[in-house]
Amino acid sequence: MTLSFQSWGRYPALPQRVRYCHWRDELARVLGAALGEGDTTLPVGNGRSYGDSCLAASGQVLRMRPLDRIIAVDWATGRIEAEAGVTLEEVLALSIPRGWFLPVTPGTRYVTLGGAVANDVHGKNHHVRGTFGRHVRRIGLVRSERAPLVCGPETERDWFAVTVGGLGLSGVIDWVELQLLPIRSSLVDSIEMRFDNLDEFFDLSALHDASYEYSVAWIDCLARGNETGRGVYMAGNHAAEGALAVDMRRQFALPFAPRGSLVNAVSLRMFNGVYYRAHSPMARKRVGYGPFFYPLDAILHWNRMYGAKGFQQYQCVVPEDAAREGIRALLEAVAASGMGSFLAVLKRCGDLASPGLLSFPMPGVSLALDFPQHDDIDAKLFSRLDAITRAASGRLYPAKDAHMTGADFRRAYPAWEQVEAKRDPALTSRFWQRVTRS
Amino acid sequence: MKRILIAGATSAIAMACARKWVDGGARFALIGRNGERLEAIARDLEARGAEHVSVHRLDMTALELHAETLQACYEALNVVDIALVAHGTLPDQRECETSVSTALREFSNNAVSVIAFLTALAQQMERQGHGTIAVISSVAGDRGRRSNYLYGSAKAAVTAFCEGLRGRLWTAGVHLMTIKPGFVDTPMTRHLDLPRALVVGPEHVAKDIVRGIERGKNTLYTPWFWAWIMPLLRGLPDSIFKRIRL
Repeated sequence: MTLSFQSWGRYPALPQRVRYCHWRDELARVLGAALGEGDTTLPVGNGRSYGDSCLAASGQVLRMRPLDRIIAVDWATGRIEAEAGVTLEEVLALSIPRGWFLPVTPGTRYVTLGGAVANDVHGKNHHVRGTFGRHVRRIGLVRSERAPLVCGPETERDWFAVTVGGLGLSGVIDWVELQLLPIRSSLVDSIEMRFDNLDEFFDLSALHDASYEYSVAWIDCLARGNETGRGVYMAGNHAAEGALAVDMRRQFALPFAPRGSLVNAVSLRMFNGVYYRAHSPMARKRVGYGPFFYPLDAILHWNRMYGAKGFQQYQCVVPEDAAREGIRALLEAVAASGMGSFLAVLKRCGDLASPGLLSFPMPGVSLALDFPQHDDIDAKLFSRLDAITRAASGRLYPAKDAHMTGADFRRAYPAWEQVEAKRDPALTSRFWQRVTRS
Repeated sequence: MKRILIAGATSAIAMACARKWVDGGARFALIGRNGERLEAIARDLEARGAEHVSVHRLDMTALELHAETLQACYEALNVVDIALVAHGTLPDQRECETSVSTALREFSNNAVSVIAFLTALAQQMERQGHGTIAVISSVAGDRGRRSNYLYGSAKAAVTAFCEGLRGRLWTAGVHLMTIKPGFVDTPMTRHLDLPRALVVGPEHVAKDIVRGIERGKNTLYTPWFWAWIMPLLRGLPDSIFKRIRL
């Protein structure tokens, strides 16, 4: 079988050979075999990183997804210890009927535990619970040149700091122990409020974030002038009562990627306009956790909608004091470029410190935009957005990135040298090569 | 609650089946060669809700130990509702063509050890008078292809053995299902250059197996389209079949 591995954005398209790890006891051997075929390799999970942080510099990746066994679980305390390839979906399928939820979840449940640690992912409750790594108790780490080790917030803290958010470079994460969050119901009491411009978003966020475990906003990034930054603010709490039911929605799959992108000027304008109008100024409803946290998971392979060339996500975070002006400038630059985004997501990040040295969130506001890949997107748009982010002392999210300059990375993540110092010499990614050597 | 015995429990298809059976609440006895891996599977099944899992280390080619291990499994389970016989290897056909010892060893792995185990198991199941034995054979046993005929001949032996045994067990109230998977994406086949359109994952096959057992199927082709492909292939006259590079 011809095996291939692509990042979620399908850009850059760099061929990757795949080796699978099926058993923890064979990890050292498989790591050695992968190294026999390339000078270095890179452990990868379920391929949900957007850019080139999940592509091996050598073109030889080590797929950890088959390591999908639970090692131990205590339903009295909500502690689960599982192999690194277990996905968040698999954790939820087991934990929800027993009254436990993920303490932090990104916008897709199709990421592995190892991937969630390596990218120190965050979610709609960052302002309350911080990043995923804050809830990790222990990590098993296998290095190419020394005995395996166990690290956590209380043991081997140096290794923990370079492994959480460490982009899979400090060693191969083979298992993770996570503290889950107790819930009484799998339903979410949600509220949606439409806002007419960016200032209103900041007002809503300031007013409501404190009373909701989860909050996020969608932005119509094609709106200009007075309407710049209009959108829908969505917030929610776990319902206090109701069933504990695993989400079993039927999924629709995009069967193949068309040659051209389905996302273009016309479809964007239609979608953004309709989506805004489809929301009433204010609505309260009780919804399942599936549609609330993972609306896009309903469409398998939605990334194919961008066609053969793929897409890039631009996700940055702008510190609190510069957020209002910075986000406005970013949105104006996007609107002016005419290259709109299908989904523009705005999220206020809180001030809970991440345990990882390279964790992305910081107190401030994060903006995420998806763009179909064009050859001139860097020159025409991203360089402009980068200048705004830089001026605001913000930073870009490595898990989503395929374009940031080495200088921007090193300025925004000054601790990168500590990670480089502890990097397993057998592991490196295209991303790491790009941002540390150029 | 089902009581389930699995031989070859570390195989990808067997693991996928076990996870499906766990949902209804189950007790397992797992037989396999690698103790560490059996333990990993046992912990996983227990975390997923299995009531009890016992592991039994056994190299299935050690025929003289079958009865003893089977006895231990019966002691752990008391009664066996489902026995899945899933062990096997995928031989290197080229090597089997030049080395008699390899050829016979592989035949023993895939046919002799299965027949030996089934012989012991059948007596136990006959005595208890109910339950299902599900045996993983292969579409490869339906016709000997030049690229894989050592494996194919071993699976043909298993298929024919099961056909007869099914009749015998039927009179005792025990059901036997022969499973004939096509191309499955597992560690055993990953190095092969298989036609991707025909390949399915072990979860797909496991779903078919679990349902096949519930419905009391005699022979299960999985995925379903092999039930149409194989009769066509069997119907080809030898004068043509020998010319096809399959």
